Amino acid sequence: MTTQTSRAWLLSAPALVLFAVLLLVPLLMTFMLSFNSFDFYGGIGTDLSLANYAEVLGDSYFYEIFGRTFLIALITTAICAAIGVPQAYILYRMSPFWRSITVLIVIGPLLISVVVRTLGWAILLGNKGVINTALMDIGLIERPIRMMYTSGGIVLALVHVMVPFMVLAVWAALQRQDPATEAAAESLGARPRTIFFRIILPQAIPGVLSGSLIVFSLSASAFATPAILGGRRVKVVSTTVYDEFLNTLNWPLGAAIAMLLLVAVLIVMLSWNSLVERRYGEVFE
Amino acid sequence: MRQNGPLSILFSLVFVSFMLAPIVVVIGVSFTPEGFLEFPPSGVSLRWFRAILDNPEFITAAWISLKLGIASATLATVLAVPAALAIGRGRFAGRDALQALFLSPLMVPTVVLGIAFLRFLSLLGLNGTFIGLMLCHAIIITPFILRLVLASVAGLDRSVEKAAISLGAKPLTVFRRVTLPAIMPGMIGGWMLAFITSFDELTVTVFIVNPSTTTLPVRLFSHITQTTDPLVASVSAVAILFTVALMLLIDRLYGLDRLLIGEGKR
Repeated sequence: MTTQTSRAWLLSAPALVLFAVLLLVPLLMTFMLSFNSFDFYGGIGTDLSLANYAEVLGDSYFYEIFGRTFLIALITTAICAAIGVPQAYILYRMSPFWRSITVLIVIGPLLISVVVRTLGWAILLGNKGVINTALMDIGLIERPIRMMYTSGGIVLALVHVMVPFMVLAVWAALQRQDPATEAAAESLGARPRTIFFRIILPQAIPGVLSGSLIVFSLSASAFATPAILGGRRVKVVSTTVYDEFLNTLNWPLGAAIAMLLLVAVLIVMLSWNSLVERRYGEVFE
Repeated sequence: MRQNGPLSILFSLVFVSFMLAPIVVVIGVSFTPEGFLEFPPSGVSLRWFRAILDNPEFITAAWISLKLGIASATLATVLAVPAALAIGRGRFAGRDALQALFLSPLMVPTVVLGIAFLRFLSLLGLNGTFIGLMLCHAIIITPFILRLVLASVAGLDRSVEKAAISLGAKPLTVFRRVTLPAIMPGMIGGWMLAFITSFDELTVTVFIVNPSTTTLPVRLFSHITQTTDPLVASVSAVAILFTVALMLLIDRLYGLDRLLIGEGKR
């Protein structure tokens, strides 16, 4: 080992020890736990089998939960891209004064607790909530639209939680582009629409892709929002794991579900990354 | 560059209202004189803010969150800065693996981290202890600090350090007088982002607290899932106020967007 290598490892050693002991070991133990048996009287067994995975993969109940989770994540990502990209572009064109204010409002909520933001959505979406009351008062609807305890309500709140990540990613990509290309297109007579779709959007794509990855993986594993807005009626993977661990106390089954979530999210992330690097590798250099 | 047209401004207004809606609603509800969540409130009353004082469990939880945020952000900074200096300065065997490991908490679903910590801490008998919470939070927030310190290490001018060495400065002096001041903005920005992340953390924490170490987000979460009285709104309103003050401070010191993108200070 060269002196530089040993020095670098020495500097990283404290963090490495913490991560090895408190991250790698627990993850490995949880992986092992997912193979253990469980019964309500004896607790967690020591034998190893694939029974928990067989139970999850053989039950349509769990397919529904996994399907719902990834569908919610997918729709959330699509909406975030559809509204986040134009907003990032508008931000990019704003005067510095308005931009600094708008940036605070658009990405500031990232710092506010997800629990607090979801509480706001619960107040807005309830049957006697703000939206339904307003719609009934102006006579647009007669009966409240059910939005609490629905996947649609969860998507709406998740978009609010996740869209700042998309705006940030796209905005960062826009800031890296050369404003001269836009000026050139304009001087050659391109209309604003053409400039947006032919000049701006292609250069923003790397940002959209990295933003989508963040939004998708965070939405697929979101907990607070589906737990508060979905309750026991609209379960997703993370709330199912929570119930197995803290209510049913069937830790091995919960661990198996969690491991399947981990694997699914990692597969999506890695294949997305390799896809992006193959097509846009040179952009990130 | 073209200005935004009226349609763009309208879109932006709708977007901004969407972002503000749930926050405004929470603050509005907290002023209700009634015993249920109503918006707009029928009057302005501080009844539910006084109620916070009668519910010391929220105040205790807020103190725990504050202490936990400070302790874990400080621990994570102490661990991440030397690692970032090593990783940021040139190649060595295993560099990419180390960096991937230290950033990995961002890739693992938080619920998976939560149960892994629960399993591990309960075997050690540390589950629900403050020290256990602090160590787990330190792991979750290390990536944020690492990224920002790495960005400031990348912007470091090595020739200044070399000049200091050639003028006879000892390694510790070089670090204290040259390197540290240069990476200080990244460190402070990272610490603040880490503190807020720890202060807001729910998904991991909910698995590893016990009644005596319940943090504010966990207390709010369990209160919301059991009952709905305006008390959760008034506690949330105070939390929003605290966060906004912190946010404005960060924006002045560092630039909120640059901090969250993970870039160095301009």
